[in-house]
Amino acid sequence: MLKITNLHASAGDKEILKGISLTINAGEVHAIMGPNGSGKSTLAQVIAGHPGYEVTAGSIEYLGQDLLDLEAEERAQAGVFLAFQYPIEIPGVTNAYFLRAAYNELRKARGEAEVDPIEFLDIMEEKLKVVEMDAAMMQRSVNAGFSGGEKKRNEILQMAVLEPKLAVLDETDSGLDIDALRIVAEGVNKLKRPDNATIVVTHYQRLLNYIVPDYVHVLAGGRILTSGGKELALELEAKGYDWLLEPAHA
Amino acid sequence: MSPVANYAEQFAAVAASGSEGPAWLPALRQRAFDRFHALGFPTTRNEDWHFTSVTPIAERRFKAIKPGPSTVTTADLTPWLIDPSWHRLVFVNGRFEPGLSQFAGLPADVHVSTLSDALRERPEWVATHLGSLAAFDEAAFTALNTAFMQDGVVVHVPVEETVELPLHILHVTDAQAAGAAIHPRLLIVADRASAVTLIEQFVELGTSEHLVNAVAEVVVADGARVSHFALQREGSAAYHVATVQATQGRDAAFHSFSFAEGAALSRTNIYTKLTGVNGEARLNGLYVLDGAQHTDHQTFVEHIAEACASRELYKGILDGASHGVFNGKVYVDPEAQKTDGKQTNKALLLSEQARVDTKPQLEIFADDVKCTHGATVGRLDELPLFYLKSRGISAENAKALLTYAFAAEVLETIEIDALRLTLERAVFERFTHTALE
Repeated sequence: MLKITNLHASAGDKEILKGISLTINAGEVHAIMGPNGSGKSTLAQVIAGHPGYEVTAGSIEYLGQDLLDLEAEERAQAGVFLAFQYPIEIPGVTNAYFLRAAYNELRKARGEAEVDPIEFLDIMEEKLKVVEMDAAMMQRSVNAGFSGGEKKRNEILQMAVLEPKLAVLDETDSGLDIDALRIVAEGVNKLKRPDNATIVVTHYQRLLNYIVPDYVHVLAGGRILTSGGKELALELEAKGYDWLLEPAHA
Repeated sequence: MSPVANYAEQFAAVAASGSEGPAWLPALRQRAFDRFHALGFPTTRNEDWHFTSVTPIAERRFKAIKPGPSTVTTADLTPWLIDPSWHRLVFVNGRFEPGLSQFAGLPADVHVSTLSDALRERPEWVATHLGSLAAFDEAAFTALNTAFMQDGVVVHVPVEETVELPLHILHVTDAQAAGAAIHPRLLIVADRASAVTLIEQFVELGTSEHLVNAVAEVVVADGARVSHFALQREGSAAYHVATVQATQGRDAAFHSFSFAEGAALSRTNIYTKLTGVNGEARLNGLYVLDGAQHTDHQTFVEHIAEACASRELYKGILDGASHGVFNGKVYVDPEAQKTDGKQTNKALLLSEQARVDTKPQLEIFADDVKCTHGATVGRLDELPLFYLKSRGISAENAKALLTYAFAAEVLETIEIDALRLTLERAVFERFTHTALE
């Protein structure tokens, strides 16, 4: 589904990703772990098309297309979704309007008819259950005044509505208490299908107790240091990152 | 003929046509006209008009008109009614239209009438208030209005009376107004602990070159609450100048909102004077411009008494080669300790050619006060745009949505649901080209 080859990316003059290669198939869950500043959030944002980063070398192939050739909205329309680490507040635009606008743009891109607000209410009723959110949240402005947990749940709600083929969760666990973490993780698990894939970017292992990865990659200094199965996450939890980082400096 | 001479000739005709109304009125008009004659139209050398040239108004030598019978129907007004159940006074080309108006259901002791009726029925009362606030010593357009005012509205809300429904004053112009100057006048006197909401809306059927030069005087007595909304929705060839001048007593609240989307050139002045302790003034506004439009707002809050609060939030959205001006003055008298003032002014530029000039002016002569002001001029932020696009929303729609969201922050402060929704819909449609459910 996704094939990243020797990806280099910079923010301004600073190179952050220094040659990432990664292949992800449908049905798989990949965890990307690493210390702060390792470049894992950058990788997530580059996949989604964040304007603040420039890809200087390498390629990303997504479902046979050159992903880097697509605008951010075209990537979303092709099924790529990024759950933001810091979801953006948009005072003045209701969650209901925002979600329906996004939903309809995706339908339009697939050549399907747009849904009206009444039809959309029915769709939302079911989606809200995925993240145990109250319907009243739909009438509030997007993320404005939401708690940290509400913002993250709202990200997963958007994911539930947009049904991406490739979902990238960027530090979705940060700032969540254990109940919110469980709700968010269960939401992600409910949305898992054999034909979609998930990338979970996280600093801590605890989210991976709920969302069990097939593969774990450790990123540091803009490179993948090592890859393994889910047991690698447990090892990182027990031993920290230092034992991996030291050889990298040698 | 010079621009001022044009008006001198017309004023001579007004003066010669005999006196309608009480004996003091021609004297007031004469004083006002003499003042206008001495001042002339303001130039950009005048600090208050530094960013706005009224040369196009002066050059056009607008004429006072006696409008003929109106052909406007209630159906024509449908887009502007906001809520048809409101009390409504409609003026077409400056002339009162009883057939289009409805304000019979008001409480019996509340006086609402046209200015000409009030001049006939209660001339002494009118004499004590009319012109008492709208000083024209240094204000040429106010002088011009006072000299030429034809008709308008007088509202008197007695002690402890509350007018529940908003009072909607709808000024309509049509093709008959081409080349004309119209000088509507509004006088609001809210006695102690009374409450009233007024919506002054200026609209046009068609697009003609004309001048609307409106003046409103607002007395907010102790404990009274007055909300005044000015909606400037003229056609794109119109010229519009409006001055709202209020005075507030102890514990009195004056809330003003200015919405400006029309006219080739418009200038709106909102002035209030806090003369009693614990007064509260809230001046908000939104202007939305495109093409070659020019819109200028000047606000002036005078903190004369102690412990008053003033809040201002003005926002502007500018596209095309439009030009916006915001000049917010706050004066804090040496006696006005414990003043709490906050002024915020934000402009969003949608094009390279659009321009905004913003000038906050704080003059603070008391030491125990809290006064802040902030002004920003900018473009849409990258990050929210990326957020919307990452959900599949096209760049164009994302920009439209965020532009609407920028406006929504100030529209949300409107407490009258029907009015807030009307303006939210208008702004939403303007930028997204779709209807807001």
